[in-house]
Amino acid sequence: MKKKTLRSYISSFGLVIAAYAFCMFYMNNGMSRTLKGQLIPICSYVVMALSLNLVVGISGELSLGHAGFMSVGAFSGVIVSGWMLNGLAIESESLRLLCALVGGGLCAGVAGFLIGIPVLRLRGDYLAIVTLAFGEIIKSVINCVWVSVDGSKLAFAFNSNNVPGKILINGPQGAVKVDKIATFTGGFLLVLFALLVIMNLVHSHTGRAIMASRDNRIAAESVGISVMKYKTIAFVTSAVLAGMAGALYGLSISTFAPSKFDFNQSINVLVFIVLGGIGNLVGGMISATVLTILPEKLRAFNDYRMLAYAVVLILVMIATNSRSVKNFVSSLTAPLKKARKGDAEHA
Amino acid sequence: MPKVPSINESPLVPKPSGALIPERDLLSTPVLETHHLGIDFGGLTAVDDFNFTVGKTEIAGLIGPNGAGKTTVFNLLTKVYKPTRGTILLNGEDTSGMNTVSLNKAGVARTFQNIRLFDNLTVEDNVKLGLHNANSYSMATSILRLPNFWKQERLAHEKALELLSIFDMQDMAGLKASSLPYGAQRRLEIVRALATNPRLLLLDEPAAGMNPSETAELMENIMKIRDTFQIAVLLIEHDMNLVMGICEGICVLNFGRIIAKGTPEDIQANPTVVEAYLGRKKGD
Amino acid sequence: MISFLDHLISGINLGSVYALIALGYSMVYGIAKMLNFAHGDVIMIGAYISFCTGHYLGLPAVVSVLLSVAVCTILGIVIEGLAYKPLRQAGSLAVLITAIGVSYFLQNAAQLIFGPNPVQFPSIVKMGNISLLDGKLLIKSISIVTILCGITIMLVLTWFTGKTRTGRAMRAVSEDKGAAQLMGINVNRTISITFAIGSALAAIAGVLLCSSYPTLMPTTGSMPGIKAFTAAVFGGIGSIPGAMLGGVLLGLIEIFGKAYISSELGDAIVFAVLIVVLLFKPTGLLGKQIREKV
Repeated sequence: MKKKTLRSYISSFGLVIAAYAFCMFYMNNGMSRTLKGQLIPICSYVVMALSLNLVVGISGELSLGHAGFMSVGAFSGVIVSGWMLNGLAIESESLRLLCALVGGGLCAGVAGFLIGIPVLRLRGDYLAIVTLAFGEIIKSVINCVWVSVDGSKLAFAFNSNNVPGKILINGPQGAVKVDKIATFTGGFLLVLFALLVIMNLVHSHTGRAIMASRDNRIAAESVGISVMKYKTIAFVTSAVLAGMAGALYGLSISTFAPSKFDFNQSINVLVFIVLGGIGNLVGGMISATVLTILPEKLRAFNDYRMLAYAVVLILVMIATNSRSVKNFVSSLTAPLKKARKGDAEHA
Repeated sequence: MPKVPSINESPLVPKPSGALIPERDLLSTPVLETHHLGIDFGGLTAVDDFNFTVGKTEIAGLIGPNGAGKTTVFNLLTKVYKPTRGTILLNGEDTSGMNTVSLNKAGVARTFQNIRLFDNLTVEDNVKLGLHNANSYSMATSILRLPNFWKQERLAHEKALELLSIFDMQDMAGLKASSLPYGAQRRLEIVRALATNPRLLLLDEPAAGMNPSETAELMENIMKIRDTFQIAVLLIEHDMNLVMGICEGICVLNFGRIIAKGTPEDIQANPTVVEAYLGRKKGD
Repeated sequence: MISFLDHLISGINLGSVYALIALGYSMVYGIAKMLNFAHGDVIMIGAYISFCTGHYLGLPAVVSVLLSVAVCTILGIVIEGLAYKPLRQAGSLAVLITAIGVSYFLQNAAQLIFGPNPVQFPSIVKMGNISLLDGKLLIKSISIVTILCGITIMLVLTWFTGKTRTGRAMRAVSEDKGAAQLMGINVNRTISITFAIGSALAAIAGVLLCSSYPTLMPTTGSMPGIKAFTAAVFGGIGSIPGAMLGGVLLGLIEIFGKAYISSELGDAIVFAVLIVVLLFKPTGLLGKQIREKV
């Protein structure tokens, strides 16, 4: 393995493990209740950021409907867990969590595959709007779904609440009375898993082909790389991870509605990865964490909180992307650099 | 301009069908044969009635004034554009059901007039992408880092460096492709195309932007590539020293139609070609 | 039959509103190549301005609408100048996120100023309804005003972009910014004007939307904004007749889908139709096909 690659593996995994160790220590030494409650959602958003980075950063396609996959994962995860407990009488929480994560990932993966086939034929902004449309479709469809466990069987109903037994998904109300089995350690392992999958994928011939398709579609095809195939691989892998993130999220809160995973949620995740630096996995994870904690910390400002967030968002985008701001900053730092260079020469 | 000596020097001879190919290739199927190839964009005919044959180990040239349709021919041969009319035979087989990807797998590789490298990847990765279909392993293998992954990656690494050494570029392997100087980018495109193990190499203005000594080196390298890999090369070029120096068969295109075909000597003596490039003399 | 006509009229009514919003989206996209997600929130601001001037100051409807058009026009220019102009050379994703930031800003500012609770928006058209076919078919006067507004604005815009100097400059900038600049066109000014026109249309759309669907709150603009954006893509983004056609079709599909298929799935049907259209016409109904130069 190349030195640079090895270094990026060590730094990203090191960071995640260190963060986990710190949280475990801090949890028993004065962590606030609110922050404790946020640990699992943070893991879930970190995985979402990793997943979206695969599509937007590595594969170079803008997806505005990624919350849709999270939604599919969350609801199917709740169904899997509920069915195992009530239908099959499996008590083990970690086994149920594992199966729910796998189930959520698979369902989201299937959705990603079905959506990817038509979507990935389009380019640029057209692709973005269709992913947005799919996110909204998933939301409206789940709004009309009722699911219950009756004995050992699952019962499904569309557009009618006529389902026997214990209700798991209750139409527009969403998942109700969820058995909260998600744990922080489970979330941490999921983050490690997602990071491993994406990094191993990127540093392999599949990842190279995905990035080649992003950099130059025509050149990629001219060397025998099927652009559609690799864009689909990236999209479906990302959907699977988003589904797992959703399942983790869903099993950490008692009640959630389909409208939780709307366009704003998709944008939220997009903001994570843009602020973290597109394609920068570690940056995305950090900004997902900070931006999940920050709004809670700013509760004191109450009404002005979201307004401040909006202003900060705009200012950060301008500061990091505007040419005139960049020139201004470099003109400020130029004398400094010169001085430093001069020192070096004198020494 | 003296011809660069080749180990396979042989005169052009007509096949029974009338196509001209080098004598040594006479017994094997031509790598490329086109019949009445043509394409229209809207109402405009860009290329029409393009009939051309390239022998198995021939270096052939496609020349013509700007806008004659040369690059369009390349785009037709690689199915970047779908031909409106005509057939393309690759090693004697019809390619009508094939697309860019399957054509590359069948042995057609190309470079681009406006360089198309994978800019954000390293030089080595660009070449490895050319090797993509040659040494593949499953996605599970790469995610789980099974032994086969390491083996295949090592093979790809060695092969990539070997190919880069054709142009003495091994030292640049770790650089970002977009950071290379212009000439090196052109050479990298050729290496990447070669990595796909082609039987026909299409070079679109390989000498553009190169100085005379670089061009001379390129000419030798093209000959060397043909001789080592025993493949055919079809090139578009405006540098007449290069075209007349290394091409065996030449085809001249003007306004989308072939106006002359033959050896470098034939082409240089052809009045229609001179007219197409320089215009008609007053009073003619 | 009567209910069909009824749905048809409300479909065209809603469609005209979408079309007006879509025009703003489409023009801005055509000229600045950006998805202005804050456009939907300009609609909401427009409706609030009209509501406040009409309700609290008691100004006549026409004046309140004109005031809201004026405020939104200025708002559009200010947003463009402060938030988007510094990012002219930046990547499209940076601009997109900035637009979303602007959208959050407008929604939350509105929430602070006007409060989070919905208000009942009184229709700006005080005339009675028109009854046809012995009173079996009632046509709301606001529907007629909305449809007429849509048609008029479409005609004026077509004339404006086709015949006037500024209109031609707008088309030139959307075709090729660099070339337009070399021809002496003030690109920045042209982009500002486009935002001004788009925002003025958004104000009118906001007033018309709330006159038909009277619940007004800070998030009122989001969904119509997204739908209108869909409409613009549907018709072929960057094209004025495309935005009009896309808007009207989208309104019809939504109303008919809700009436005859499922009221819960109305939005899903709209988006599903968009996807099907894009699969067959990847650049929308009236969009231009662009061939990539190799």
